[in-house]
Amino acid sequence: MSGPPVTESPPPRSTHQGEDGAVPQESHRPSWRSIGAGGIVVLATALLVGSVLVAVTIGQADISIRESWTVMSDRLGLAALQVDALGLGARHPSQIHAEVIWEMRLPRALNAVVVGAGLAIVGAIMQTLTRNPMADPYLLGISSGASLGAVLVIVAGLGSGLVGVSAGAFAGALAAFLLVLMIGQRSGTLTPVRMILAGIAIGQFCGAVTSFVILWVADPHATQDVQFWLSGSLAASRWSSMRIAAVILVVALLLFLWHARSLNAFTFGEDAAASLGVDVNRVRWVLLVTCALLTGVLVAVSGAIGFVGLLLPHAVRFLVGPDHRIVLPLSTLLGGMFLLWVDTVARTVFDPRELPVGVVTAMLGVPAFIWILRKRQVRA
Amino acid sequence: MTSTPHDAGSRDAGHTPARAGHSPIRHGLDVHDVSWSVKGTVIVDGIELTAPATKITGLLGPNGSGKTTLLRAVARLAAPDRGVVHLDGVDLARLRRRDLAQRLAVVEQHAGTDHDVTVLDVVLLGRTPYRSALQGDSSDDRALARQALAQVDMLDFAERRWSTLSGGEKQRVHLARAFTQQPALLVLDEPTNHLDIAHALSLMSLVRRSGLTTFAALHDLNLAATFCDHLVVLDRGRVRASGTPHEVLTPQLLRDVYEVDADVGVHPRTGRPLLTFHPPDEVLPDTAEPWIPGASATPETVARGRS
Repeated sequence: MSGPPVTESPPPRSTHQGEDGAVPQESHRPSWRSIGAGGIVVLATALLVGSVLVAVTIGQADISIRESWTVMSDRLGLAALQVDALGLGARHPSQIHAEVIWEMRLPRALNAVVVGAGLAIVGAIMQTLTRNPMADPYLLGISSGASLGAVLVIVAGLGSGLVGVSAGAFAGALAAFLLVLMIGQRSGTLTPVRMILAGIAIGQFCGAVTSFVILWVADPHATQDVQFWLSGSLAASRWSSMRIAAVILVVALLLFLWHARSLNAFTFGEDAAASLGVDVNRVRWVLLVTCALLTGVLVAVSGAIGFVGLLLPHAVRFLVGPDHRIVLPLSTLLGGMFLLWVDTVARTVFDPRELPVGVVTAMLGVPAFIWILRKRQVRA
Repeated sequence: MTSTPHDAGSRDAGHTPARAGHSPIRHGLDVHDVSWSVKGTVIVDGIELTAPATKITGLLGPNGSGKTTLLRAVARLAAPDRGVVHLDGVDLARLRRRDLAQRLAVVEQHAGTDHDVTVLDVVLLGRTPYRSALQGDSSDDRALARQALAQVDMLDFAERRWSTLSGGEKQRVHLARAFTQQPALLVLDEPTNHLDIAHALSLMSLVRRSGLTTFAALHDLNLAATFCDHLVVLDRGRVRASGTPHEVLTPQLLRDVYEVDADVGVHPRTGRPLLTFHPPDEVLPDTAEPWIPGASATPETVARGRS
């Protein structure tokens, strides 16, 4: 026992000021509430559309802005957008320039948007579902599986060209994810920790097999193709791949938005979510499988582009706080915009050579990430 | 049953913003034959208990006696092997999870997050079971959340970040979140575990003032004696005793279940049982002598000598 026998009665503790020495403090979060979630989404959408319009005018071939926009408005049948109609007297774009804009730059720009958007939103979901701020779309071994699938197709010479490689990558991604699911679930219940461990194991295994196959074949041409694939690139973008990826992205996005409230309920963990009325296991299955399918498609289109899925969700939460009802749409829009500009840089700064976009995402992404981490520490 | 002078008057004074409107008849909680085992090891076995409506029922028992498991079975965070749980006459196993969350709210002992949420965000989570996927928070939701924050004396903290709160403040916010679920039953899993005595007392007073039917696992026996109307003692997965604090908290039971020697007196102000525990003889300090009030010592030296 301790304490003097004669004590003054303690001061009443029902008031909260200064409790435990915690200094009352104002909230300094930049409040998106002042312009509203709708406002910020509209603003980001406008920026994204503007970015696409500007990005397609930038490139190796010397094509004027006016020419670029004329091509697009022609093809889209939007007479109102025609710069000619504004009386600026543009000459009609040449056939070659029209091809460059419509068959190369625009699908590539849109592909960058779709891939960036998809990676960012999958990263946001994975970070919440696994309660792990380090989570990214490749956590479940999907990228390693895709790489192995692509490599096998390239090496075996199956299916000429990119369609075959993409199909191989998608098949590899699915196979890896199925393995992770089999290991990570126990009688129908998904446990994040088991899934992460299974994902790491499967990822390492696929990586080892990939290295082995490359060494075994020792074909410099195949090795070069494989290297290109592994670093991630949007150079092979075509309308066909973009359309598939865009449709999957939109479907996944709607499904994710539908679960935004449930994801918020995970703030204090799975038991808290369950006691708030969320069917934790069902939500996990639906969202993880959707994440895996979407990631598989994205990797099949562009290879494994790193850092977008890890970085963008943190950046968005830094800007608007942790509410998924705003984090999910904004991650999508800003992720698309981010990868579009990174890819534009990657294909132009060392003109005529092109940098792998994954190299640029890491070089830009890592310093930005560190900056955000430091800011967060100060604020916490 | 002994009255509780400081709270008796406020029990039914209608402090709760809105009691659950689901069932006009409130029977309270009724647990029948609940058993749960993991890999052949029985954790709780054939539990029978009731938690009367509008009362606080305390669930006691030493570590490993199955308290948390039983609470998880009641809140359906784990499905029991057998047995049924009724709340106000409704079989909880038949409810969808969302409907369950409208009737039953849980406060865990230490639920934390690294999300950068504000206090108001956390309290609004309590409206999750009432809102569809795409609905925003209505002004009613916000009003309820503010009312609940006022109820736990945290309204000034609405815009504060979670990470800046003390342990006691966090538990009060969790309690406010539970209130905004407008439950018929409050399930508390050792809610005062990490709190100092002042915060523990204030949290339990808030629970008592809410007037909600409450089923709470508690570690501190004196806290349980002070605040609970009804006690249930678990021992190795079975119900060992139940009744009022005076009926349950006897020296014999404390010896049998907790394996401690204790004197049971009467709290001078609440009239509730007051437990004093005795350490095993061999660890008593050699110099321990009975202290006689007023004998040759200032309070200071006495304090030093006893500490």
